[in-house]
Amino acid sequence: MNEKKEPLLRAEDITITFGGLMALNHVNLEIYPGEIMAIIGPNGAGKTTLLNIINGFYKADKGRIFFEGKELDKKMKPNRIAALGIARTFQNLALFRGMPTLGNIMIGRTMKMHANIFSQALYWRMSEKEEIEHREAVEYIIDFLQIENIRKTPASMLPYGLQKRVELARALVAEPKLLLLDEPMAGMNLEEKEDIARFVLDANEELGYTIALIEHDMGVVMDICDRMVVLDFGNKIAEGTPDEIKSNPKVIKAYLGTAGG
Amino acid sequence: MTFFFEVLITGLMVGIMYSLVALGFALIFKASDVFNMAQGAMSLFAGLALVGFLYQYMHLPLWLALLCTVGVMTICAYLIVYGILRALVARPPAMLFMATFGIAYILEGLGQSIYGTQAKGLELGIPEKSFEVGGIFMNSFDLTFAGVAALFVAALVWFFQKTRNGRALRAVSDDHEAALSVGIPLLKAWSMTWVIAGIVATVAGVAWGTRLGVQFSLGYIAWKALPVLIIGGIDSIPGAIIAGLIVGAGENLGEVFLGPYVGGGIQTFFPYLLALLVLYFKPYGLFGKEIIERV
Repeated sequence: MNEKKEPLLRAEDITITFGGLMALNHVNLEIYPGEIMAIIGPNGAGKTTLLNIINGFYKADKGRIFFEGKELDKKMKPNRIAALGIARTFQNLALFRGMPTLGNIMIGRTMKMHANIFSQALYWRMSEKEEIEHREAVEYIIDFLQIENIRKTPASMLPYGLQKRVELARALVAEPKLLLLDEPMAGMNLEEKEDIARFVLDANEELGYTIALIEHDMGVVMDICDRMVVLDFGNKIAEGTPDEIKSNPKVIKAYLGTAGG
Repeated sequence: MTFFFEVLITGLMVGIMYSLVALGFALIFKASDVFNMAQGAMSLFAGLALVGFLYQYMHLPLWLALLCTVGVMTICAYLIVYGILRALVARPPAMLFMATFGIAYILEGLGQSIYGTQAKGLELGIPEKSFEVGGIFMNSFDLTFAGVAALFVAALVWFFQKTRNGRALRAVSDDHEAALSVGIPLLKAWSMTWVIAGIVATVAGVAWGTRLGVQFSLGYIAWKALPVLIIGGIDSIPGAIIAGLIVGAGENLGEVFLGPYVGGGIQTFFPYLLALLVLYFKPYGLFGKEIIERV
């Protein structure tokens, strides 16, 4: 699928150190439109760091990032990068805890709303119409992720698995060009993992989202992704289709520990 | 009975003044999860600035002086957010809290060096006439501020509950990083809250300044707002208003009707007693957001 296609996002020669620790070492990465790309690797491989650099939380010491062919300014704030169309979820959940599910998901639409405070005061009919349109988009995603019954529940009261789903919903309603998922299946049992895997797959195939996800569990991720990148101690050690990765001796050594394990 | 209502209404009028102060606290807390120690100093500074524009350095007409004061408070808000708070994004709320301590001292110091330390009278030309409604005496001056406060509250409740910006501000208070990742410009959101808090501080400063004179003890009326915040719930705007009224009415009624039995002077601690009672039964206040932490 990626023959000569322009990548949606290209990270070039990304290097970052924390103190003396080389967290990422000259890493190159491409994400192509329409694909699901998985970033895998053992703990401390630099996966989340890479995501944090892409969405602007960290600034790389070296390297450049191109999104839709344009280089991202090093000083760009995370909220500006979000506005360009890069949404993400977090490994350790970052929901607005005091708000109900619906409020949390509506916030994901913030960037799509144009009425500002003054026009909201003056032309409340117009902003009401806008609100209804956005509400429809939000309801569509709520249906899609099957969380209709928890609309009004405060996010902090939800069980962990559902909180993860709400966070996914918040990222989906932003209709990002690129969706970054940081361990969307972490801490789940097999059944929940399969649910999320199905949602991710459907989001890609039915709704056309381009997705990059981090995952520990090789098994689930191999079934759904088109391409994989393997990180180990900050180095990219392999890249390719799940089948290529499965038989790559370097990966087996780094990731599985023992050959054939 | 008429006497009871007179005491009650006098109390409620003072209560509105408490509400105005508490409102500023609740606003900042709602948007950045921080108890703003500088709220009292902001009221004081606004009062000083108004006096400066009216008599001390210039002789502007009242409306222009008020506008200029709001302008000064807006500039202050932006300086605070971009000069001080910007460095503290995504840090624990305790650090922001300590920063507001510093801001309070800076504002007081600036106020002293620009406007001097002596108390100044403030005359807004609002008629202070008493009149009688149904046998109860009321004061037009108090009523004016009650009206202003009511307007403010209505506008703020609408803003936080119904508008996209209000929702964004609530999101910012919950989680800085999550807010950034969905594209909310954090510093802009903070600036907006501090500007609004500055305007509320101006109203409170003017209201108290006209009553007590603009003097440095104005900074301490903020502590009058403490029991109000505890009773109302620290992050609730309607709570700040209603609790202000409860405290105002409560301390006045308590002083008049209970005072004689215990030798008087209970006005000063009665609000704190009320606050303790509320804490005992409703730890998040009457209208506060109950946060249940998962363990």
